[in-house]
Amino acid sequence: MSSDISHDQHGAPITAPVLDWTSDYDIFDPQYINDPYGIWAELRQTCPMAHTDRWGGSWLPTRYADVYAIAHDIEKFPSGNGISVVPLVDPASDGDSVPGNTPSPVLTSGVPPISADPPLHTWTRRLILPTMSPARVADYEVFTRDLCHRLVDDVLESGTGDAASEYAQQIPVRVIGHILGVPEDMSATFTEWVRDVLEFAHDVERRRNGISNIIHYLRGAIEARQAEPQDDFITELLNSEHDGEPIGTPVVMGMCALLLIAGIDTTWSSIGSTMWHLAAHPDDRRRLVAEPNLMPTAIEEFLRVYAPVTMARRLTEDKQYEGRPMKAGERILMNFPAANRDPEVFPDADRVILDRQQNRHLAFGTGIHRCAGSNLARMELRVAIEEWLARIPEFELIDPAAVTWAGGQVRGPRSIPVRIS
Amino acid sequence: MRVELNPDLCQGHNRCYALAPELFDVDDYGTAVVIGEGSVAADLEGKARLAVDNCPEYAITITQDT
Ligand code: HEM
Ligand code: SF4
Repeated sequence: MSSDISHDQHGAPITAPVLDWTSDYDIFDPQYINDPYGIWAELRQTCPMAHTDRWGGSWLPTRYADVYAIAHDIEKFPSGNGISVVPLVDPASDGDSVPGNTPSPVLTSGVPPISADPPLHTWTRRLILPTMSPARVADYEVFTRDLCHRLVDDVLESGTGDAASEYAQQIPVRVIGHILGVPEDMSATFTEWVRDVLEFAHDVERRRNGISNIIHYLRGAIEARQAEPQDDFITELLNSEHDGEPIGTPVVMGMCALLLIAGIDTTWSSIGSTMWHLAAHPDDRRRLVAEPNLMPTAIEEFLRVYAPVTMARRLTEDKQYEGRPMKAGERILMNFPAANRDPEVFPDADRVILDRQQNRHLAFGTGIHRCAGSNLARMELRVAIEEWLARIPEFELIDPAAVTWAGGQVRGPRSIPVRIS
Repeated sequence: MRVELNPDLCQGHNRCYALAPELFDVDDYGTAVVIGEGSVAADLEGKARLAVDNCPEYAITITQDT
């Protein structure tokens, strides 16, 4: 791991070439970012639990059954010892290196519930769930629809647009900002910070900057609400209790940081991949426009086939899994995206079938860490697609070669130039 | 036809509720319950199967009335 890793002109890391995916894979490799599907198909046949020494050592399952079993075995594969390939806050820094800022211990409670095991996991998760229940999410739909409508206005006006950066990317950051209570004019800044943490995680400087900026901002937001409570989720968390005690600023900080980090890149990636698919596959697009009652199964199908998130578990001690010796400190990548394309479970797995009936996909994970924001994410994806297709049913890629993808633990398109046709 | 739901397996994906709101409800924490006694009207049998086939936790089962 080095801080002087270089990047190409799109900001993608230049990693040492991967010659053997079974023993030396790299999820930051451009081939893995641009087109991982063939790699997974091959690994599933030849080496369904690949290994690499890169980034501190990790294992990469590609079969649904393995991903499922590992996600459910929380004793053997805990989340509390690390969930990212590159540590979110590296030990060398306290994560608070913004110049001129008084350093103090931060994120001492991690980013629960995703980075926690029971019991911390259980009660922090319960603090989030009601805010993301279907009933509450229905309230946010009005805001989301209005936002998408305005964004589509801009595209209609110019006749062309970037369905990733000018549409997909603009939606989740504003919705989560609306819920947390952070101003809309911070959206572009938040987006940059979250990208630094997730997409540029391999770059120590950018990652450290991203997390420090988020923490610095949240500290200010928390202090402002301690002085003067607001009608928002940050205030609600500050007023929450666990075992009769206030939950404490480090937990509030960690949870808010998680909601920002988990709610932005992920959802925008799903919306973006779906927009890309619809631009590049006119048959599916026209079918969806003609048969809007397919929307519920179609949304699940897009989530399945373009699942953006690969979380990790990190071993506290040496373990065996199906005969493989796994060492303490190594990670197991929760390859939900590859599980979703396992032909053992999904017939014709690489094909998008808008009315697929059997679809137990794992885009939102499985087991106790099931995405706490899944109702919100699903609503955002559906509304974004509905609002676009209602007014721009016919559109196409300006140049398929101009589409760019970003990857790592969250994967999705970052530029999709389209024109109305 | 009847649907049954095992609350110990349910992790609150709410896929059943999204696909078959006539048959399932969810509480504030996302845990699903079967509406009423779980008996499925003939015109909802397709939706009941869809819910079973989309629950990632295998928490829903169908039993046939005898
Ligand atoms: C399409 C969009 C999204 C996808 C694909 C996604 C995916 C995931 C996955 C796979 C996990 C499980 C991680 C693991 O097993 O370690 C997860 C957890 C989580 N997600 Fe999402 N997510 C999305 C959107 C959101 C949104 C919008 C929010 C909230 C605003 C959110 C909040 C969370 C939280 C809080 C957790 C931790 C749950 C726990 O550990 O109990 N996610 N997400
Ligand atoms: S789909 Fe399954 S896990 Fe999800 S709420 Fe319904 S029963 Fe529970």
